[in-house]
This record gives sequence, C-alpha cells and structure tokens, in this order.
Amino acid sequence: MNETLITPDLVMAVPLEHYIAVSAILFSIGIIGVLMRRNLIVMFLSIELMLNSVNLLAVAFSIYHNDSNAQAFVFFIMVVAAAEIAVGLAMLVMIYRNIRTIDIDALKQLKW
Amino acid sequence: MASFDTTHIISLLVPLLPLAGFFGYFLYGDKLSESKVGTLASGWVILSFLLSLVLFGQIPVDGAIQVNYFNWMQAGSFTVPFAFQIDQLSVIMMMLVTGVGSLIHIYSIGYMHGDNGFSRFFAYLNLFIFFMLLLVMANNYVLMFAGWEGVGLCSYLLIGFWYKNPEYSAAANKAFIVNRIGDLFMLYGLYMIFKHFGTFVYSDINGMAQSVFNADTAIIGIITLLLFAGATGKSAQIPLHTWLPDAMAGPTPVSALIHAATMVTAGIYLIIRSNVLFALAPLTNEIIVIIGLATTLVAGMIALKQNDIKKVLAYSTVSQLGLMFFALGVGAYAAAFFHLLTHAFFKALLFLGAGSVIHGMHGEQDIRKMGGLSGKMKYTHITFLIAVIAIIALPPLSGFFSKDYILASVFGKSPVLWFFGALSGLLTAFYMMRLYLLVFKGKSRMPEADAAKIHESPSVMLMPLYVLAGLSALGGFMNIPSIFGGSQWLENFLKPVVSLSELHIDHGTEWILMGISTVLVLGIVFWTYNMYVKKNDVPESDAVLATMPFANFLNRKFYFDEFYDAVFSQPLLKFSTFIQKWIETSIVDKVTDSFGMLSFFLSGQVRKLQNGHISFYLFAMVLGILGILTIFILL
Repeated sequence: MNETLITPDLVMAVPLEHYIAVSAILFSIGIIGVLMRRNLIVMFLSIELMLNSVNLLAVAFSIYHNDSNAQAFVFFIMVVAAAEIAVGLAMLVMIYRNIRTIDIDALKQLKW
Repeated sequence: MASFDTTHIISLLVPLLPLAGFFGYFLYGDKLSESKVGTLASGWVILSFLLSLVLFGQIPVDGAIQVNYFNWMQAGSFTVPFAFQIDQLSVIMMMLVTGVGSLIHIYSIGYMHGDNGFSRFFAYLNLFIFFMLLLVMANNYVLMFAGWEGVGLCSYLLIGFWYKNPEYSAAANKAFIVNRIGDLFMLYGLYMIFKHFGTFVYSDINGMAQSVFNADTAIIGIITLLLFAGATGKSAQIPLHTWLPDAMAGPTPVSALIHAATMVTAGIYLIIRSNVLFALAPLTNEIIVIIGLATTLVAGMIALKQNDIKKVLAYSTVSQLGLMFFALGVGAYAAAFFHLLTHAFFKALLFLGAGSVIHGMHGEQDIRKMGGLSGKMKYTHITFLIAVIAIIALPPLSGFFSKDYILASVFGKSPVLWFFGALSGLLTAFYMMRLYLLVFKGKSRMPEADAAKIHESPSVMLMPLYVLAGLSALGGFMNIPSIFGGSQWLENFLKPVVSLSELHIDHGTEWILMGISTVLVLGIVFWTYNMYVKKNDVPESDAVLATMPFANFLNRKFYFDEFYDAVFSQPLLKFSTFIQKWIETSIVDKVTDSFGMLSFFLSGQVRKLQNGHISFYLFAMVLGILGILTIFILL
C-alpha cells in the first residue's frame, strides 16, 4: 500500500507547471529541429524528442488527475515510436543507398 | 394481329425479301464472288415479283385487300397502323417496281462488273426496292412517307455511289437537300390531314373527304397543295426539278430504275392515291396543270441543247413527268397512270441502252463524240430505236397510246391546253431523234483507235433490253382506246381506285387529233434526219454555243441553278459567314475560351504549392497545425 504511493509522491514533489514548461520546451526544440535541420537522422531524433515530450506531459497529467488511462497511452506511444523508428531507419538506409546522401533537400521529386 | 392467312404472309414477304437481300449483304457481301452476289440480289427481287403476280391474281374486282399487321405508333388518338392496302393501283405499282427492278438488277450484273463496290451497289438497290414497295403498299400516309423518305435515302446513296468523286457527292447532296424542301411541305400536309381527319388511313380519309370539304372548303385545297408541293420535290417538277439532271452522276442502272422508272413517279402515285382529295380542290388542279405544263415545255426545250447522253434522257424524264402532272391536273388520272407505266418501260429501256452505249464506249457520254454506232452495237441499237419510237409516240408502240390518251383527255378540257401538250410531244420527238441519230447514225466522230475498241455489251445486259423492248412495244395494248376497238382494260381495272372524270371526246375529233400529232411527229423525224444524217450536222462545241444567246440559254438550263445559287445559296452562305465571323469566333468562342484560360491560370498558381520539397511540406504542416490550434483556442 505504502510502496504504491511512493512514486506519485515523488512525481508530485515537482509542481505541474514545471512539467508543462519542460515538455513545451522539449516539443519546441523538436519542432525547430524538424524544421531547421537538413539531416534526416537529426530530424528523426527531433521527432522522438517531440514524442517523448508528449509522453512526459501525459504521465504528469495522469498523476495529478489520478487517472491511469494516460499511462497506458504512453506505452502505446512508445511501442509505436519504436516501430516507426525501425521502419523509418530502414527507409533512410534505402534512401542513402540510392542517392548517396541523407540531405532532405535532395529529395524534391515528390511532385507531379 | 388477326389470323395470318396466305395473303397476309405473301404481302409481307413482297417487301421483306428485298430487305433480306439488303441485310444479306452484311453476311455474304464480301465473301461471295461477284456473279453469286448479283444472282442472289436479283433473285430476291424476282421472287418478290412472282409474289406480286400472285397478289395480282387475288385482287377482288371491286375492292381492295387490307392487311393489318400491328400498330406502328400509338399516342392518344394518334394511331398509325403498319398495314398494307393491296388494290388495283398498288398491285400494278408493285409489279412495275419489282418487274423493272429485277430486269435492272440483272442488267447491273453486267454493267457493274469489276466495280469495287459491286456488292454494296446491289445492297442499295435491294434496299431501294424495299422502300419503294413500302411506299406503294402502305395503307396510310405515314407509312407511305416512311417509304418516301427511304427511297430518297437510297437515291442519295446511289447518286453518290462513286463517292470519291466530289462532284458526284455534291450531286447526291443536292438531290437530298432539294427533296427535303418538298418533304417539308409534305410533312405539313400530313399534319393538316391529321388535324382535320384524325387519321392517316387512305380509305377513312376518302370516306370523310366530302364532310370535311363541306365544313371548310379551303382545308382540302391547302392539304392537296402541300401534298403536291411534296410531289414536285420527288418527281422533279419546276421549281424543284434541278436535282434530277444532276442525279445522273449515279451509275446508269440507278438512273434507269430510280430516276426514270420508279422513284420519280412516286409523286404521281401519291396524287392518284389521293385523287378523292384532289377532285375536291379545283384551284390545286389548276396549279398542277400550270406547273406540269411549264415543266414539260421547259425541260423539253432544255433537252434540245444538251450534249450528254444521260442529261438528254434526264430532261426527257422531267418533261414526261411534267406531262403526267399535266394530265393529273385535268383529272385524267387513268391517262397519267397509263403514261407512267409505258414511260417506265421505254425510259428504263432508253437509260439501259444509254448505259450499254457508255459501257461499250468505255465511259464516253458526250454524243458529239459518238455517231454511227448502229453497226457496232446491233442489239443495243435495235432496242434503243424501239424505245425512241415509243417515246416520240408513233403508232402502234406504247407511247403513242398513252400520250394520245393524255392529249385526248386534255382536249376535252381545253383545246389550248391540247396545243401546249402537243408542243411538248414535238419537243420530245426532236430531242429524242437528235439523240438517236447523233449516237447511232451518221458518221463516226471518234478517233479510229477508240472506234476499234467499241464492243457490244454482254448478254446479261442485253437480255433485260429485249424484255423492256417487248414491253415498250406492246405495253400500249394494256389500254387500247375504244376507237381502235379496244376495251381500255387498264382504265376499267383502275375504276375502284380512281374516280374518273368524263373527259371523252367524240371519235371524229380524236382521229383528227391523232392524225395531226402523228403527222407532225413524222415531220420532225424527217427534219432531224435531214439535219443530222444527210447534212451531217454536229452540235456546236461549248465555245461556239456560248456565242449563240438563245441556244446558250437552253444549254445552261434556263439558268435555274445560277438563279438558285444567287437567290438562296449565296445569301445563306454570306449570312453564315457573317455569323461565323462576328458571333461564333468573336463572342461564343471567346467566352468559352476565357473560362478555359481562367481555370488554366488558377491551377497554374495552385500548382506552385506542390514544389516537391519535403521541408516545405513539413513547414506547411506545422503551420497548419498551429493555425488549427489557434482557432480552437480562440473559439
């Protein structure tokens, strides 16, 4: 009984506003990374950053609102992110093999 | 759909057999050899002729056989039955169409030999026979009109048979368009008939004619006038006659069958068929007399100066048709019909003979380049001579009886009219003798090398000539007038159909009239013989002709074509050009074009968004999400 309550207490030691602020900053860094960088690997990293900022926020809200649904979602997001990275990296390898670069600006054939 | 006895089946088969021939073309047209296709196509029509003979034997003495099949159209009180009326008039027309038709089919086997469109030609001929039979067998005006349009279509197809020659195609178009003008009036006539009679069936209309006439005397006059206007188109009467001479562009058997013997007589058939109506319209009859007389004289004069063997015959046909209308106008229906029959025989023979000459001379049609053919084409010459004697009305060949019958009937009406009719006969005598003498007599006017190549036609072409020559010679015996002790079989036979007007003159006058016209015709014969054989006159070349005002006027056909061109065609063309230039291109085209240009421009702009850069897409996506979030937050 006591042990189950330790973790929320630990989490709640930090005020909610701080969580929000951190995840907002992380998310913004992720967006800026996606938009500004040209390297595909860095863009992937930025996307992961955004996903994890959302996870952080979801967990924080889940504790403060005493609702465990969000924690379940976080696991789903992690699984999906792992799968996405697997597929994405595979595509990245193929792109590199074909055009010998991973610069996003080299891919401009996506038009009619 | 009553009980289908043998008469039903036979009368249905008569038109259906040639139709089967037409559809057969699609099955075997390009698979079988020429002779087989020709024999099959002729076979259908010959069978149809034999069945017509059977029907002829079944006609009751004083009535008609009505054979109903089904209701063709029905809308409210508007009913058109698909039904035939087999009576004295239609059965003779059926025998004429299928009889002369089968002879011309047989002839065509020889004439069209080696032509690329051999089987197509026979398919069209079969289709023509079908429509013509529909026209004469129908028991109501609408079904008749269907046949009427159908023969027009076949005429168009066959005039333009050699469609690669643009002149021939133009002639076909002309025939079709000029006929449409007549057909338009005819349609109005049919509307009027339906409005005032409520039915299209001949027998019903004939029964109601008197009561409609009593209600309003003008109605019948207008209806008959419209029907007659339709007939002027089909039967090439002034002012719609100009298509027939041009129609000679078609192969010669077509000219013989369609443009001499059968289709062009449809107008006369129509008026005889509606004689009950026409008897109630004295004004229309006067107009018919005037038009018929004008046509017969004008066409006769034009024929005097034509130098194309087929053109002479074409104008001769127009002239003879005019004479028939002339007879119709004075109420001599039996005489007109009699002349229709004999004319069908000798004019078909003349055309087939001309075809034989053209065939033998390898396509030459100018009579100035012929001459002295009688030795080289013996059988063609003899049959042609018989036809010429028949058409210039020397006794005892068929034309004499029929023309004399017309003239005698006309004299009963008015001696002045008789004079003009006789004048037309003299014109006929002159141009036919001129044609005959220039082609067959006198000296040969062609180069020696060409002369050596001339050959008599094959027997498949000569056989129909013999039969038609026999008919031309003996056809007059159908209706021997009473002064020769004849029984006037045809006139009596037609009595149930044709209301006869008593126009008989006493025998003494008739003898005198007959004597006068025969002597005058003989005089013309000697005159022309003297001119073209003894003095060996040759018609002037076109250049010389142009310096002779009156002759040139005749040679240019009274300038009818030029007149129509100036009055109708050119203004219409100018008007269309004006519309095309100022309304079509500058307004309509611009408006529609600008819509196209606008969407082209807009899509060009939008297209720039799709530039293919992933980073741009990502940026747009983020911007979009931010925009949506902003809206959510603000709302």
